[in-house]
Amino acid sequence: MNAFLQRFARNRAAFAGFLVLLAIVAVAIAGPSLFHAGPFELAGPPFSPPFGRYPLGTDMLGRNELAGLVYGARTSLLIGLAATLFATLLGVVIGGLAGYYGGALDHALMRVTEMFQTIPSFLFAILVVAILSPSIRTVILAIAIVSWPPMARLVRGEFRSLRNREFVQACIAMGMSDSRVILLHVLPNCVSSIIVTGSLLVATAILTESALSFLGLSDPNVMSWGFMVGAARDFLQRAWWLCAIPGVAILVTVLAINLVGDGLNDALNPRLRH
Amino acid sequence: MATSSPILDIRNLTVDLPPWADRPQAVSDVSLTLAPDEILCVVGESGSGKSVMARAVMRLLPAPHVRASGGSILLDGEDVLRLSDARMRELRGRRVSMIFQEPMTALNPVKTIGAQIEEVLELHTPLRKRERVPRIVEMLAAVRLPNAAQLVDAYPHQLSGGQRQRAMIAMALILEPALVIADEPTTALDVTTQKGILALFREIQRARHIGVLFITHDFGVVADIADRVAVMQHGRVVEVGTTDAVLNAPTHPYTQALIAAVPSLEPRARRVASEAPVVLRVEGLEKTYHSGGGFGRGRRVVPAVKTIDLTIRHGETLGVVGESGSGKSTLARCIVRLVDAERGAVVMNGVDLMRLSRRELRKHRRQIQTVFQDPYGSLDPRSRIGRLIAEGPIVHGVPEQEALSRAHALLELVGLDPRAADRFPHEFSGGQRQRIGIARALALEPAVLIADEPVSALDVSVQAQVLRLLADIRDRLKLAMLFITHDLRVAAQVCDTIAVMRAGEIVEYGAVGDIFASPSHPYTRELFSAVPGRDWRHPRSPISDPANPP
Repeated sequence: MNAFLQRFARNRAAFAGFLVLLAIVAVAIAGPSLFHAGPFELAGPPFSPPFGRYPLGTDMLGRNELAGLVYGARTSLLIGLAATLFATLLGVVIGGLAGYYGGALDHALMRVTEMFQTIPSFLFAILVVAILSPSIRTVILAIAIVSWPPMARLVRGEFRSLRNREFVQACIAMGMSDSRVILLHVLPNCVSSIIVTGSLLVATAILTESALSFLGLSDPNVMSWGFMVGAARDFLQRAWWLCAIPGVAILVTVLAINLVGDGLNDALNPRLRH
Repeated sequence: MATSSPILDIRNLTVDLPPWADRPQAVSDVSLTLAPDEILCVVGESGSGKSVMARAVMRLLPAPHVRASGGSILLDGEDVLRLSDARMRELRGRRVSMIFQEPMTALNPVKTIGAQIEEVLELHTPLRKRERVPRIVEMLAAVRLPNAAQLVDAYPHQLSGGQRQRAMIAMALILEPALVIADEPTTALDVTTQKGILALFREIQRARHIGVLFITHDFGVVADIADRVAVMQHGRVVEVGTTDAVLNAPTHPYTQALIAAVPSLEPRARRVASEAPVVLRVEGLEKTYHSGGGFGRGRRVVPAVKTIDLTIRHGETLGVVGESGSGKSTLARCIVRLVDAERGAVVMNGVDLMRLSRRELRKHRRQIQTVFQDPYGSLDPRSRIGRLIAEGPIVHGVPEQEALSRAHALLELVGLDPRAADRFPHEFSGGQRQRIGIARALALEPAVLIADEPVSALDVSVQAQVLRLLADIRDRLKLAMLFITHDLRVAAQVCDTIAVMRAGEIVEYGAVGDIFASPSHPYTRELFSAVPGRDWRHPRSPISDPANPP
């Protein structure tokens, strides 16, 4: 574990990404105690420029832009993590069963996976949210449904190759049950790939959520970065910063997560050590 | 022989390793000479530096981490280490060429054999297109490839392993170099194929007067092909001499130990337990592999095992001998039901394992345990050794504490320190891992031990130790053993009875003494005549220990 941390910290970009992410998480957690009234409260005159009475100004309705940003971070991180967790669970179960058992089960599960992959994922997400009516839960569900197939394919590949490794064969020959072999011997050996892919899924999920709320397909009672960009786009010429500030927040967060993901990949991948 | 001036003269060569390697130098202060018309075999175990030395001559070291730091390599009087890159490119192929171990990866899979050889001619000769092709065909015929004219247009995957290696040799020799470096060129091949390639080497080397630096780990191959031998250990040459002198009267203790570790082809005299009760009976076992198929393509049907009958008695070791693709490993996998056979019975204690449901089978699995071939792949990299050995008994209901303490005793039994129980597999050497694999198999107190090529990935000295351990444990615990191997020397040392397999069938089956004394099936005879160094007899004790030479 110590060696892992050392390898991770040696990658400067990944470490910087990790610090940025840590700061975003801290802000998100501290949010409600910084802005008791919440992001939707009217704080002052509309279109106040940044660096005045309000650090990042106010929007077209006079809401505090900084409060929106802080609460938006909560939404983005919550949806990113929850959707990824859900997608990873789905992908690992389906990919794992297909890869370990192979044969007809593999065929059936992989055809289903391909069916999901052939539908353009963003349109699919819009469809799901539109049908189920927008709320935090449906957005999480929609993002998870469109993002599990790559995870399933990855896990299937790993399981297939591990299944034929001699140490797994030895476990079976010892008389272990399938569930024991899978949970105690196969899964731990592909955890690092799952973590790396999962970390990148978080970034994609945050982008998808932003895009959905930009289109107004998000929970109307929850502040989010995509919603802020979307609402301010009509006033782009008058107050461009209202779009730029949440946009930069999305960019920085996604970039940080991607850097951390790459760093995890380098640190966890035994072939890249040294 | 070595009277004319040498084609290759290596003087005090030292090659440095990067700081994180386990020793500072791969090759230390090595001096060797090679006459223009001789085969010099460099023998050594893995890590002895023999391949690094060979690559240094071609200047193919993995720079910048590994580099020659001292000495000189004189090729026709020119120091390879001090030549410009351009001059070096000129020499490669024309004056010195190299043959690699694995022809499948050494040849480019997307280019035809002809195109790859032609590239060499294009780079180094002024020959025009229509002059090149006849030259290539002539060379392919010279390495005894059938239908040389058609083979020019063949891709590497369309050739067999032996044919690919012949094509590699043709490519290496087309410019008639003065020096050929062969790095374990027959190690990946079956013995019958190896025999042909070695004969070809000898013939071409004699006819064309080439100096050959032949790297190998196999003393049998040395006996068959070498004029002179250099033995390497830990980056140093410990002994050089004529083949006769080194093989039959070695002076250095390491050489003596290595040679003593080579298993003899004379079977060990063991009583065949013909009266002992039958432990395992295999009847009419059949397994066919299907591949491809779907979307109009025909399914390929490969019969891997055809109607096999075997019996193993209490305390008996049955050797299943065969070349790659003979179905011997599939047979083992069918017996332990890692693969389901289509037909046949595997009977132990009156129970047919083939008829059991998966749930019932789990309880019976403990009676029949396997030791696998690959010491690196057969242990879960994330499990501690003690846990790894104890897990089988725990699954079968032994309390955890008891199973873990028994694991300690088993580690001692296989000659490892019980304190090793808390370490991970990657902290052990190949031989030690194979001991751990044996301990794991024994933890379940099986009646039958299946050993699938348990020593073929190990160096000869380690191999001898593991074989001795297996024989010792078998005799102490009165185990029945099914021993799968491609190596007749190993089979002679551990087996009581032998089944020779070819293309999924047993062609000969009998007591080891009888088969080694007078093989009756033509294939068995072919196999025996192909064993490298079969005429070489060395004074030795059966399976001795190179760490403590007699």
